[in-house]
Amino acid sequence: MFALGLIGLLVRRNILFILMSTEVMLNAAGLAFIVAGARWGAADGQVMFFFILGLAAAEVSVGLALVLRMHHQYRSLDADLLSRMRG
Amino acid sequence: MSSFYLTGAVAVAATLLMILSLNAVHALLYLIVSFLAVAVIFYILGAPFVAALEVIVYAGAIMVLFIFVVMMLNLGRRAAAQERAWLRPAMWIGPSILAAILLGEVVYLLTRADVPAPAAQSVGPKEVGLVLFGPYLIGVELTSVLLMGALVAAYHLGWHRPKLEKANVDDSRARGASPGGDFVRAGADRSPGTP
Amino acid sequence: MRSLLWLIPAIPFFSALLLAVFGPRFSRRSVALFGVGSIGLSALIALGIAADFIASPPPNHRDTQTLSTWMNVGDLNAPVALLLDPLSLVMIGVVTFVGFLIHLYSVEYMAPEEGYSRFFAYMNLFVGAMLILVLADHLLLLFLGWEGVGLCSFLLIGFWYTDPNNVRAARKAFIVTRIGDTALMIALALLLTHLGSLEITTLLDRAGQVWPIGAPLAIWAAALILGGAVGKSAQLPLQVWLPDAMAGPTPTSALIHAATMVTAGVYLIARTHPLFLLAPPVLTAVAVIGAATLLIASFSALTQTDMKRVLAYSTISQIGYMFLALGVGAWSAAIFHLMTHAFFKALLFLAAGVVIHAYHGEQNLFQMGGLRRTHRFTFWIFLIGGASLAGLPLVTAGFYSKGEILWETWALGGSALWAAGVIGAFLTSLYTFRMIFLAFFGAPRKAPAGGEPGLLIRIPLIVLGILSIIGGFINLPPALGDKLLLTHFLQTVLPHTEASALHAARGMTEIGSEAFVTAASLLGLFLAYLFYLRRPSLAESLAGRPVGRALHRFWSAGWGFDLLYDRLFVRPYLLLAEAFRRDMIDQFYDRWLVRPVFLLARLNRHDLIDSIYTGLSRLAAFFYETLRRTETGRVRWYAAGLAAGTIFFLGWVVLL
Repeated sequence: MFALGLIGLLVRRNILFILMSTEVMLNAAGLAFIVAGARWGAADGQVMFFFILGLAAAEVSVGLALVLRMHHQYRSLDADLLSRMRG
Repeated sequence: MSSFYLTGAVAVAATLLMILSLNAVHALLYLIVSFLAVAVIFYILGAPFVAALEVIVYAGAIMVLFIFVVMMLNLGRRAAAQERAWLRPAMWIGPSILAAILLGEVVYLLTRADVPAPAAQSVGPKEVGLVLFGPYLIGVELTSVLLMGALVAAYHLGWHRPKLEKANVDDSRARGASPGGDFVRAGADRSPGTP
Repeated sequence: MRSLLWLIPAIPFFSALLLAVFGPRFSRRSVALFGVGSIGLSALIALGIAADFIASPPPNHRDTQTLSTWMNVGDLNAPVALLLDPLSLVMIGVVTFVGFLIHLYSVEYMAPEEGYSRFFAYMNLFVGAMLILVLADHLLLLFLGWEGVGLCSFLLIGFWYTDPNNVRAARKAFIVTRIGDTALMIALALLLTHLGSLEITTLLDRAGQVWPIGAPLAIWAAALILGGAVGKSAQLPLQVWLPDAMAGPTPTSALIHAATMVTAGVYLIARTHPLFLLAPPVLTAVAVIGAATLLIASFSALTQTDMKRVLAYSTISQIGYMFLALGVGAWSAAIFHLMTHAFFKALLFLAAGVVIHAYHGEQNLFQMGGLRRTHRFTFWIFLIGGASLAGLPLVTAGFYSKGEILWETWALGGSALWAAGVIGAFLTSLYTFRMIFLAFFGAPRKAPAGGEPGLLIRIPLIVLGILSIIGGFINLPPALGDKLLLTHFLQTVLPHTEASALHAARGMTEIGSEAFVTAASLLGLFLAYLFYLRRPSLAESLAGRPVGRALHRFWSAGWGFDLLYDRLFVRPYLLLAEAFRRDMIDQFYDRWLVRPVFLLARLNRHDLIDSIYTGLSRLAAFFYETLRRTETGRVRWYAAGLAAGTIFFLGWVVLL
């Protein structure tokens, strides 16, 4: 799933899709943690997932706010437009 | 056992469909499905707490947020066509290769260590809670700070739009282009729709 | 009184300096005053010191006055020290006195000249240097004086430097004497190295102790000193410069090239005679050189047309006599002749100056004639000088000095040398009276103008004339009075072997020798009278014959020495210089060093070296461009980069 999320992030140009792919990747990472926790029978994996979740939430809210700003400015969601920091 | 693999397949399929989708909303829906599948996997693995959490927070809150934004943006058919234009098959090659290599590595790593049977034992909410408020207390606190920061940021980033727009227009027309300025103001001079 | 010794050379030096610096600003009067006065002062002091010396001689009949240390380097300790002994006394007497008279003469003679002060400055400098030479207690100091007189000779020969001929003559003189100077320098080095000191008495004592008679080193040293003497005194083979040196003013010729500088060689050999005694072959060489020179020069003098050249060759010849005397061991005889020669030769030169002036610069004998009618004084004074030169019996100084030399030669040297001397005496008389008869007798070919000279010229001439007569009386030979005052005076320095006692049995007495000499000189007189006065046609017919003509040409050209040297040395040297005109050394460097470098530079025309650096910078630019492209600003691109990096790392960790 992580690999899929990575593919999605690299391929799609739409910002939203990139964000969605990022979520997928986070989720996948969390899944890995849970599995590890389940393996050892410890609660730590779940705790980790808990944190990841919180992080994902925060990241999504800020990211979406930025997407909105971008849309307002560029009237487009093309990620490649955000290349003013190119060398 | 089989339920694990089935659910896993569902999750992978949903994710695949998501990244291939042209319509944003469709993609989101696929994503929700994927998350739900993952939640089920969590439950199968004996982590009911996080399964619930996954559904409530991830699929429930975060995805809903996404949907709100997409709906707000009002992309429509034009966007779909644009997506098609953007998504050329040739573009899949590179990332696919990368991901494949990654997948291979992970599989390799996993196969080296022994793989235990899933659902060895269930770790209930009580244990998680104890751990959360025990050793990981500081993590919890930091997460709360992070969330607050995100809240403020999102609020700030989203709120300035209507008022500043008007002010920007007046200001910029009155004084000409502002020197340097921030991203917002500079962008206000651009005509809409230019990529 | 003796402590004033240093003033004798110092006063002329100081005067020379003064005249050199301020001369042009002084009036003629002041210049003359300084120029002549300085020498006069030296002469007076010399006189005083002489009187003091004779009256109360210092211990050992010698005294030294050390003024300061010149240099003290390693083995060489050279003090500025002056030696006063009979020999140096005689020499300074001659130099200052004759010098004074010549300077007095010059006041009037050089009066019409430009560079009046320059002339006197040079002359004073010369006298100072000469005095240093004869007073030096140390050979290095002597060498200083030696070089100094050489320099002044050069300066004075080329006095009228605007004429390149004069300059050439000066250069020739300098270069030829330089050869001698080099020999002398090597001699000094040799002596210093092997004997450890150049202080004269120390040196000679040590030489006697360290070197046996005939020691190779002694022979070398003596031979090299002889080389130096030969150069300075214009003897064979370095006599070529003196005739040309007549290009200088007449007082110069009188002082330098008659009375003093050319006698420096004689003085040197006399001074270092113990060294020569240790090297008998060299001593023989001295005598042989002397004899050969006197003959060659006499023959040459016979054919000269220029009056001054006659006198020049005559000088060479007379110095040959002195060398002859030295060579047989008759040291004091040589010095005696040096003294009398100074008198009459200076007189002759000065008088010749008057004669030439009377003919308005004409120096050709065959253009002169009948001067005695219009210039009686000049005639008589010239006659006195000539007679002394010829050695007319009994009344001339030359007779006594020459006679003594010849007698000593017979006694100590052998009949061959004696015969050469007698023939020389005959020839001397012949060419002298030839000169006199041509210039003063007969019909005037060119009208002499100008009157008799003034007082300042006459007085020196008169004094010299008197000395040319009475000067010989201080050394009357045993046969004619036996009052060898000079010889006895010089005894402490120049030991005299009683010749008559040694070789009385050798076939001839002193009277006999004197008789022969007298006969020779009278014969010369007679023949001159015959050829040049009575029957000139006879002379002309003799000279007209092919043999005569060839001989005439040969003798006139100084026995071809000039030609020889020209072919042997001058031409090759000039050829070499000409060959180097294209600067062969430079060309060599050019071809082998400079050209290859240029070739290399041309190879690098495209700046290969530089292109390495530009290439490097271009490489950097290329990398920059390439890397710049990775900074797309696009998120996905960066993400891809991240992913790739992660994968790579994972792979690394996993697989390695």
